Amino acid sequence: MTDIIDAICALLAPFNTEHVELKAETDIPAELNIDSVGVLDFIMEVEDHFDIEIPMNVVSDTRTIGELATYVQSQLKKA
Amino acid sequence: MVDLLDKHKPIAERFLRMVEQGSNALGVTNDQMISPTRAMVGNREIILAGTNNYMGITFDERCIAAGKKALDEFGTGTTGSRIANGSFILHKELEAELAKFLGLKHCIVFTTGYQANLGMLSGLAGPKDTIFLDADSHSSIYDGCTLSGAKLVRFRHNDAADLDKRMARDDNTEGGKLVVLEGIYSMIGDRAPLADFVALKKKHNFQLLVDDAHSFGVLGPHGRGLGDEANLEDGVDFVIGTFSKSVGAIGGFGASNHPLFETLRYAMRPYMFTASASPASVATSLEALKILAAEPERREKLWANSTRLFEGFRALGLEMGSEVVSPVIAVKMPDEATTIAKWNALFAAGVYVNMAIPPGTPNRLCLLRCSVSAAHSFEEIDKIIAVFRDVVV
Repeated sequence: MTDIIDAICALLAPFNTEHVELKAETDIPAELNIDSVGVLDFIMEVEDHFDIEIPMNVVSDTRTIGELATYVQSQLKKA
Repeated sequence: MVDLLDKHKPIAERFLRMVEQGSNALGVTNDQMISPTRAMVGNREIILAGTNNYMGITFDERCIAAGKKALDEFGTGTTGSRIANGSFILHKELEAELAKFLGLKHCIVFTTGYQANLGMLSGLAGPKDTIFLDADSHSSIYDGCTLSGAKLVRFRHNDAADLDKRMARDDNTEGGKLVVLEGIYSMIGDRAPLADFVALKKKHNFQLLVDDAHSFGVLGPHGRGLGDEANLEDGVDFVIGTFSKSVGAIGGFGASNHPLFETLRYAMRPYMFTASASPASVATSLEALKILAAEPERREKLWANSTRLFEGFRALGLEMGSEVVSPVIAVKMPDEATTIAKWNALFAAGVYVNMAIPPGTPNRLCLLRCSVSAAHSFEEIDKIIAVFRDVVV
């Protein structure tokens, strides 16, 4: 799980223009001040990095880095 | 008590920062329309270069006469919901004329283009289905997709290989698959490489929808849109369009050859639970459609104007959002503050364009977006270029 969180944090870096400290509890859209399109662009990067699918419907229910990591892990297990 | 509007305070603050720099770019009021391309704002005459009035047909005498006749014969109001209260004959005539224009069997007219996307997308796809949408899709497509309850997968803009990859990941074997493209993308004016996407249909077994909002009347030898231009109309299962751009009125449509297409009338909430288009608007759309079919020279003039503006901007060294000429020509700006300042300078110099900033733009671009009209004279196009030279470069 730590590996997944680290990878997500690395992918998030280009979107983290305000240099907020990234941890599992970080609320991605709220704390990083990323607009709705930016969040979707970031999710595409996560999809491609892990070669998984994260439908847009999931994105609205997945706010923190930890929640996203949990979803990524579930998809990797499925694969 | 939590004030429901508190969450919008950042928007209010951003808006205030914008208006402090000059005019409200998001709320210009035209006090009087002089022509399709000129308006009075206060006591100043402005050249309009952001109306999406591609064919410049809004002041055509034949359309105005048709609208007045419809007002006389059908009154000012509508039937209400068409499935509850029926239609005017004008609605039926417009649907038949549009189907003929498009060379398709079925057409359904909506009250606005936004509702056409909401209705079509939510009617076609349901919770068991998957919609694959281009990342740069218009907000009405996103909203229609959300309303459908379908699984939503976004692919990289105009990238058929990326769609191929994402479709291969999809594990939904139960439902249908719908791919959504746009003819001309509204913000930077590029268009979908239709052949690349149609080529994927055999591999992935999906149905294809093209939103021709900005390309209906504009693209193709018959002005039917992207499929017409690419000579791939058979590869497109559903077409969506609007009347508020090339048709110079208000309304929208969906069209198809699908034998069950008419059933959508009883499955699309944005069609069922709203008032039908007003008689005057339907009548002007109907007349405009006949004019578009009879006068292809309007399309030729639009493209001549678009090329002139595009080349003029290129000669100034401006960076455009797309390197392909289209009636949507967007000039890239370095940041939001510069965009606002340059927009105000253009407006002060007598040229209205659209200020486009994130999140309404792809890739967080800041743009001064122009839309060209067939009704622009070469003198007006040259004036727009000259004003950009003076205040933007």
